[in-house]
Amino acid sequence: MFKKIMVPVDLAHLDVIEPSLKIVADQAKHYNAEVCYVGVTATTPGSVARTPEEFTQKLEAFAQERAKVHGQPVSTHTIVSPDPIADLDDDLIEAIDKVGADLVVMPTHPPKHADVIMPSHGGKVATHTKASVFLVRPGAGE
Amino acid sequence: MAKQPNDGKPKVPEDTGTEGIPAPEGAANLIDTDYVIGQDNITASPMGINVDLHGKVFLFSSLVILFFVIATLALQDQMEPIFNAMFSFLTTKLSWVFILGANVFVILAIVLIFTPLAKVRIGGANATPDFSYLGWFAMLFAAGMGIGLMFYGVSEPLTHFGTAMGGISVEDGVRTDWAPLGAAAGDQAAAIDLSMSATIFHWGLHPWGAYAIVGLSLAIFSYNKGLPLTMRSIFYPILGERVWGWPGHLIDILAVFATLFGLTTSLGLGATQAAGGLNYLFGIPDTNTTLILLIMGITVVALGSIMLGVDKGVQRLSQLNMALAFLLLAFVIAVGPTLMIATGVLDSLVGYAKNLPALSMPFGREDANFSQGWTAFYWAWWIAWSPFVGMFIARVSRGRTVREFLISVLLVPSMASVVWMTAFGTTAIDQVVNQGISQVQDAALELQLFTMLEYLPLTTITSFVGIVLVIVFFVTSSDSGSLVIDSITAGGKVDAPKPQRIFWALIEGALAIALLLGGGLGALQTAALTTGLPFTLVLLVGCYGIVKGLMSEPRGK
Repeated sequence: MFKKIMVPVDLAHLDVIEPSLKIVADQAKHYNAEVCYVGVTATTPGSVARTPEEFTQKLEAFAQERAKVHGQPVSTHTIVSPDPIADLDDDLIEAIDKVGADLVVMPTHPPKHADVIMPSHGGKVATHTKASVFLVRPGAGE
Repeated sequence: MAKQPNDGKPKVPEDTGTEGIPAPEGAANLIDTDYVIGQDNITASPMGINVDLHGKVFLFSSLVILFFVIATLALQDQMEPIFNAMFSFLTTKLSWVFILGANVFVILAIVLIFTPLAKVRIGGANATPDFSYLGWFAMLFAAGMGIGLMFYGVSEPLTHFGTAMGGISVEDGVRTDWAPLGAAAGDQAAAIDLSMSATIFHWGLHPWGAYAIVGLSLAIFSYNKGLPLTMRSIFYPILGERVWGWPGHLIDILAVFATLFGLTTSLGLGATQAAGGLNYLFGIPDTNTTLILLIMGITVVALGSIMLGVDKGVQRLSQLNMALAFLLLAFVIAVGPTLMIATGVLDSLVGYAKNLPALSMPFGREDANFSQGWTAFYWAWWIAWSPFVGMFIARVSRGRTVREFLISVLLVPSMASVVWMTAFGTTAIDQVVNQGISQVQDAALELQLFTMLEYLPLTTITSFVGIVLVIVFFVTSSDSGSLVIDSITAGGKVDAPKPQRIFWALIEGALAIALLLGGGLGALQTAALTTGLPFTLVLLVGCYGIVKGLMSEPRGK
């Protein structure tokens, strides 16, 4: 049913996305889908990588690791942004079409009051794309 | 120091055949350091709000800020004389440091344009720019001096013209007049020439030279060398790994201090000007309530802008500003003394070139009041602002070559300043000299722009545009300032959680209100200016670092 699953990953906080990665592995196997791991990095040096190229290498290495876990074909897509915190949602929405994904799986936090001012990334993405979006709450599937 | 790039790892990622991987950015010479950006950071989630901060820099700069605010508000009578003494010592006894330093920055920046080092590309040999030329210019300009042009565009040429006409007055062998150089007693043409050269001197190459040096060093050390985007990175060629310890913390704390107080005091003063303008135009009472509402309004718009980010927030506001400023400029040129302005631009440039050696002479000045009270004051001010403007410029300049960067940061804004100052200054001087309108000269400094516009057609519209410009220029200073402070206090991370930006924008607004009501604004402005001295030294070191850094970079074709 789904051909390509897009998975936004934050390489600096892999612990946070761990539950959703398991779900991705199951889904990918179930639908025999390709998994595209998407990372967003700043143009300036950051904690994960000092250049966008180094970031791409790390993302690629990460994707290959995941491929060993679920055995489905993987690809990566690096988004380079001068201001990743502000541009994240729009960049992800754009990336869905660019990579041609029909399902997006991403972790999200439970609803909270601050969402009124700063909506969750997952929620924002889901309201702005035609692709299906699977938002994984913390601790899901455990 | 700089060892072979990237620990021997391949510099260019292999083509993995996947979609959307950006083109390799090409060769750059990364500095080999074990420091991981954010390694000294504290991450936590108090009350569900994520933070990611450099513990020491954030804590100490917050404490220093808190201490200064409490001290200036509670001990105003005791603190103010200290600040004033400190500042007058700096500008009178050490004015040569500022004037000499600024000359070094300008000369280095100009020389670099013509060396092969100018072929180096910020962000690696194949990097592509993040912003269009128009958006980039708009941001350079709005961050650099937008507000000052509104405030001083009319008042500075007019003031110098007045003092130059007044001639030299000497008491006890000391000059008491404020005229630049040898003045031009009674000689109208010479006085116009002198006043325009002096104004352009203050708004032309020298401020932008300082910005260019800071911006370029930060950009090279961050994008090409892989160090965090904070002031301390410039010091890597000298301090080596010690920049990650206390020497580096101190430099960053100083940068936060200069940026925050530079911003808040300007925010306070700008609100004063906007309120004065609103009162002058619409009779809105010029009270504390108006001021507070204005600052709150500016802060709210700034908040919106930083939530939207550099691309959709700051860039768009800067472009709006540039369009409005251009319209106002075109209007003044069209309805003002057009011919006089047109020939004036050339005359101003010639006069500037002619007077430049004398105006930039650090030693043996006879016009002590002018060179200390105006020039050294401005230089301290520009240099205190340089970490903020430089860091913001660095952040938006990736993908440009060093030559493109220097020409755009040094020459384009300087030229724009020349045209702006000539248009506004000449129009005002023409009103005073040829039309006998003395009201412009007699008005308070912050109202001179509006008074000048009053004697041109369409006053209501143009003055309104003027006020909007003042306010939006403040928003663009406030939002880019918050981004800069956040990145310094987050150890150079530009992707720290959003609430931190909001925190700094709110602090700026709150501080401006507190200081405006408490009356400590002047003292703190002085304190911010005094950071100009250490930063002159920081920048001189930056000059060494930048040359050293550029020499180890691969040059484009």
